[in-house]
Amino acid sequence: MTAELVRGQNHPLPRTRLEVRVSAGKPIVAGATLSDDQGAVRGIDWVAHPGTPVLPGLEVSRQAAADHRLAFDLDALPQGVDRVTVLLALPQGTGGPARFGVLAAPFVAVTGLDGSEVASYTITGLDSESAVIALELYRRQDAWKVRAVGQGYAGGLAALLADQGLTEAAHLADSIHEAVVQGLARSVAPPPPRVPEADRTRQAAAPGATQGPLGPEPPRQEPTVAPQQASPYDAGAPDAGASLASGGPIDYTHPGRRSAAPPPTAAPAPPGAPVQPVAGDATGWSMEERLYNQVWGMFEDLARTVAAYRSAVDFADSRREQELDKILSDPRSRIGGQGDAARAAAEAKHDQLVNQARAALDRDLTQLIAEAEVVEPALPPAIARWDNPVWHSYRVPMEIPMAVRLGDLHLPESESLRVPMLVRLPLERGLWIDSGRSAVTGALVDADESRRLALDTAVAHAARLLAVYPPGEFSVHVIDASGSGAPALAPLVQSGVLAAAPAVGAAGVADALTRLTRRVDLVQMAVRAGAPDSLPPDLDTAEHLLIVNDFPHGFDDRAVTQLRYLADEGPAVGVHLMMVADREDAAAYGPLLDPLWRSLLRLTPVPDDHLADPWVGHAWTYEPPRVPPGSQVLQQVLTQVGQARHSWNR
Amino acid sequence: MTVNLTKGQAISLQKNDGGTLSAVRMGLGWQAAPRRGLFGSRTREIDLDASAVLFADKQPVDVVFFRHLVSDDGSVRHTGDNLVGGVGQGGDDEAILVDLQRVPVHIDQIVFTVNSFTGQTFQEVQNAFCRLVDETNGQELARYTLAGGGPYTAQIMAKVHRTGTGWTMTALGTAANGRTFQDLMPAILPHL
Repeated sequence: MTAELVRGQNHPLPRTRLEVRVSAGKPIVAGATLSDDQGAVRGIDWVAHPGTPVLPGLEVSRQAAADHRLAFDLDALPQGVDRVTVLLALPQGTGGPARFGVLAAPFVAVTGLDGSEVASYTITGLDSESAVIALELYRRQDAWKVRAVGQGYAGGLAALLADQGLTEAAHLADSIHEAVVQGLARSVAPPPPRVPEADRTRQAAAPGATQGPLGPEPPRQEPTVAPQQASPYDAGAPDAGASLASGGPIDYTHPGRRSAAPPPTAAPAPPGAPVQPVAGDATGWSMEERLYNQVWGMFEDLARTVAAYRSAVDFADSRREQELDKILSDPRSRIGGQGDAARAAAEAKHDQLVNQARAALDRDLTQLIAEAEVVEPALPPAIARWDNPVWHSYRVPMEIPMAVRLGDLHLPESESLRVPMLVRLPLERGLWIDSGRSAVTGALVDADESRRLALDTAVAHAARLLAVYPPGEFSVHVIDASGSGAPALAPLVQSGVLAAAPAVGAAGVADALTRLTRRVDLVQMAVRAGAPDSLPPDLDTAEHLLIVNDFPHGFDDRAVTQLRYLADEGPAVGVHLMMVADREDAAAYGPLLDPLWRSLLRLTPVPDDHLADPWVGHAWTYEPPRVPPGSQVLQQVLTQVGQARHSWNR
Repeated sequence: MTVNLTKGQAISLQKNDGGTLSAVRMGLGWQAAPRRGLFGSRTREIDLDASAVLFADKQPVDVVFFRHLVSDDGSVRHTGDNLVGGVGQGGDDEAILVDLQRVPVHIDQIVFTVNSFTGQTFQEVQNAFCRLVDETNGQELARYTLAGGGPYTAQIMAKVHRTGTGWTMTALGTAANGRTFQDLMPAILPHL
């Protein structure tokens, strides 16, 4: 329960690790002084301010900002400290306001680390003051309390510090203001304001609402760049030091991603004409993320546009039905041409609405196709088609991409538009390449042919995953108990990209499963015990993919149990299955394996409409990625991956 | 320039310069009426819900409310449920965005309703309003204030319907009772 304090009121503090949040509407300086039981500040090293933001047990912002979050660990304060005074001041020399009277009343709140408010205080009644003591945290009989002070100083920071008994007050105040001015000068100018979007209409949320960190010096890229003294927040809190701000120049860019190109903006279109689409025209920190978001945006737009069309056509159909029924049941319509005329009118109404709906659909499709035409060539390898030229200039990547393309999606209404089907990496669930005859439509394909197609598709998926991960971050194991998949697996085997030769025979199956099960067990134990460093050195930490061809051939009951265990527990620790199987073949196991199939994402080696979108639930036709016939791109890419793996292993 | 609508009044949503509106936002805002007497500061939370029902020829086709935030065709979007109201004095607590260009061709009326999910009547609500904003430039087109809250739990605020090639907004302001929009269907139908 929050206590709203009035001036002079105090309130007990339930814990000693706290935050003090400040919001003022305009950039202000926040600081703190420590004092002993006599109320004396024992020197300038007992003052935390933007020039010296970290003291043992507390940390303040390095910047003037409209919002601050000061971190306190009252147990970690230096010996002899019995009182912490939180002070606010207006920065000088930055062209900002010179007195608090022109600002909205500053609001301070004491909160727990989880943001739960303990007490809050609005400092009202300020006028010509340019510095103010907001709160006091003090120790009374071994318990900490907070008191709302609200004492302003027209003489500014110097007067405030002098009142605290600091002899060097004027000098210290000057150095604080200088640190603030330097901090402001270092920060990068803000990007142009973004167009407000629907879901951002309520930004004026609670006072403690976090805003982007200021970007003076690249604030804290790595946790290793810790401040000189231990911050009370090193373990838990999100970003106490890179504190909050707004109002001043704010740098919204990610410190580690400075090089990212600015988002492309669409050229202004002549009024009336649709805007020319541009690749990467979506939100995101990097081009990759923007393209990913754009593809998802196109997916959603297509789903919804088609939903609108189908809904309109359904409505037109049902209305025509009703009208025709009415005509039939009306005896007058049986005389003369009246009934025919009414029937024709109903048909005309129907056709008119359907034509309107079709026109709206065509308009949207044209726009989306134009967008796809600029987006497809711009995609990075991980989410590009195999026929994209980007694969010819393939280089082994250094970073794990956001997502990988598993194929294309389309609806019957959008034959000419293919939306990439992207899934995030690392994978969240395994894959099932269905080699069943039920999946392969058309009787032209016999069982062997469909198996071969499915394994080819699996190889293409595995090759893509290997290619888009940095070497050593992804390893592929193969179980091919009968050895029947050897021709299809040749590209993987010959390029040396597999972690081990395909496991053949019952012994091979058992061995491969046991090794992966051991890995899952060890990693799981380490994670649960919170000791990921204690893993044995021979255990590689890469993601694993186990391709199982011809299941359940070569699997005994024990192996099936192990496989189910891998399917259940593997994904959480980076071990995934890729089953190339026909569910019918495993029918002997009965419902035992149902959870296994359900846990896998089913893909087919031929186009099949079994995937639903998350918005409307259309049945989308999935098409597996095709390597262009006669193209060597897959082999070339795998050769490069194999070389990279080889040199990485050395 | 904002038009203060009275009950039953209709305004055309054509722009002054002859262009047509492309996107509008129906904003709903409210505050809880202060409690008299002791413990006056105890917060009283009133959960009003804005809903939009899409009609094709007097048949409900789709509905946008707090459990279905986006119409299937994506043209009508709810910005999310607000359970307490009074976020900003005069600001929208709940909003429904309508992309008029993308509304499917067979949808000819969109009715906006407000329900009190927690069952408090409008007597306990003050400063409730519903307004229509041109989403492209933030200009308020029309505002309709719920004056004199009575002992009812729902209100049919307004409808936006096709006229010729454009859209028109009509303030309805009919009181009704119901927890969600489903309960209001009988009350809505006479206004179509």
